[in-house]
Amino acid sequence: MTAQGTVFRYGDNVDTDVIIPARYLTTSDPAELAAHCMEDIDQTFVKRVKKGDMIVADANFGCGSSREHAPIAIQAAGISCVIAKSFARIFYRNAINIGLPILECPEAAAAIQAGHTVSVDFDSGVITDKTTGKTFTAVAFPPFMKELIACGGLVEYVKAKRAGK
Amino acid sequence: MTMTQKILARAAGLPRVEAGQLIEAKLDLVLGNDITAPVAIREFAKTGVARVFDKDKVALVPDHFTPNKDIKAAEQCKILRSFACAQNITNFFDTGEVGVEHALLPERGLVGPGDVVIGADSHTCTYGALGAFSTGVGSTDMAAGMALGTAWFKVPSAMRFVLKNRFTDPWVSGKDVILHIIGLIGVDGALYQSMEYAGDGLNALTVDDRLCIANMAIEAGAKNGIFPVDQATRDFLKEVGRAQYTEFAADADASYTRTIEVDLATLRSTVAFPHLPSNTRLARDSGDVKIDQVVIGSCTNGRLSDMRVAARLLKGRHVAKGVRCIVIPATQKIYLQAMKEGLLEIFINAGAAVSTPTCGPCLGGHMGVLAKGERAMATTNRNFVGRMGHPESEVYLSNPAVAAATAITGRITDANELV
Repeated sequence: MTAQGTVFRYGDNVDTDVIIPARYLTTSDPAELAAHCMEDIDQTFVKRVKKGDMIVADANFGCGSSREHAPIAIQAAGISCVIAKSFARIFYRNAINIGLPILECPEAAAAIQAGHTVSVDFDSGVITDKTTGKTFTAVAFPPFMKELIACGGLVEYVKAKRAGK
Repeated sequence: MTMTQKILARAAGLPRVEAGQLIEAKLDLVLGNDITAPVAIREFAKTGVARVFDKDKVALVPDHFTPNKDIKAAEQCKILRSFACAQNITNFFDTGEVGVEHALLPERGLVGPGDVVIGADSHTCTYGALGAFSTGVGSTDMAAGMALGTAWFKVPSAMRFVLKNRFTDPWVSGKDVILHIIGLIGVDGALYQSMEYAGDGLNALTVDDRLCIANMAIEAGAKNGIFPVDQATRDFLKEVGRAQYTEFAADADASYTRTIEVDLATLRSTVAFPHLPSNTRLARDSGDVKIDQVVIGSCTNGRLSDMRVAARLLKGRHVAKGVRCIVIPATQKIYLQAMKEGLLEIFINAGAAVSTPTCGPCLGGHMGVLAKGERAMATTNRNFVGRMGHPESEVYLSNPAVAAATAITGRITDANELV
């Protein structure tokens, strides 16, 4: 599986309150959430984002509230992949559980700039900055997480586990 | 093994576990609220599992946008109510019974030493104060937990915090311990790790102090925060009617990635400035920062001891002109006790508004949302951009003494300045 898109670039500690402010959490409808994604730190995000685009950020992306509405909003906004120096742990779990591709890669996070075109090969973990021609390799997922991802997320994993019993 | 590792090993049915190992652990409690549970209930339905694993081990606590703030919030709560009814869930707490979840569950005896708890709320780490392993997860994890009664975990490594001596400043409390630590290590200083507490300073910490400290482990990126079980814990458990539990202690040779000593005697009232909990300064060194609103409450500092501290300062004084002070006892039990002790009367006479239990303003939900350019001093746990309302508003975090003193003066104030 591969993805390619234009990069939206953010800094350290992007918290789930700015990814999707709590005032919109009276719904869990993905499209409604996507309409307000990132609005407290980037009011133009929703207007500019196109299907396949990527978010590249620095350390501790997704910190704060456990709201799964955050990765849901990002996914529904059309983002194909989030690349960061590191992820907050609940966001990391949530993204894998719902099938939003995320890649931990400090080198890519340091080098890739806003507006660059980036492609990602999820099987190899290779990230290519098409604008500069540089390539990076993301931290590999542990085997269990690969299994979760291959299943299509946690719900499918639960189904498979129940069927196996 | 660390204390956390020993609890996880038992829950996974393994003689020992190591940091980094992936395990599947049995769950003693699965929690959700009115924001996260509706998504979990939707995902639960997709699993095809008909019944939750144990109707007594699921807690549904609609505390965020309640009493229902609008039609949409009401619809979310209705999803919980219907699910609780259909699944015959024992621990569903509706308006009238509900309190802020992380104050409510300990008070109900639903969490105790040795338990493994997941909650679709990041402050689920609070229960580590009682010697439980408890951690925040998302809604899909909650759904899988309700379906299977198990969850997968990567066994965390741990940082050790050795607390020494006792508080010497009468207005300093657990909040200052955790703000001091987060200021020291940063908002991802304990990323993926446990924060394990030790040292003779523990003797001087009340259970409320510990609940407050464990509550904000997530604000340092930690998986959990955990305290050894001692007589104070046992007394608390007896009081709330929790009889069955298993005490665990870290092995003497447990390994830690880092040990940090905190001298409680030197701690002073601490304030986290916008927009990160790690952006700390001493209250007395904060300068002339004018405040528009004060919030005293939340899962961090909405307990009876917090109400008492605030009342001690507000008694016979008045909230400054131009400041709105909102006091929110975290549960009905705390509310009732505060009423019996005359604390609510003190708050009202001082010109504060007293609210029924709710998370409300902490997350900019309702009951005290900020306008553009406004500043709040809050005893809550997060001061991110837009956390309490308009993206151009500001939140400062403190203990209840600073919050009450600030309400009286209208600017950030160390309580020692007034007393």
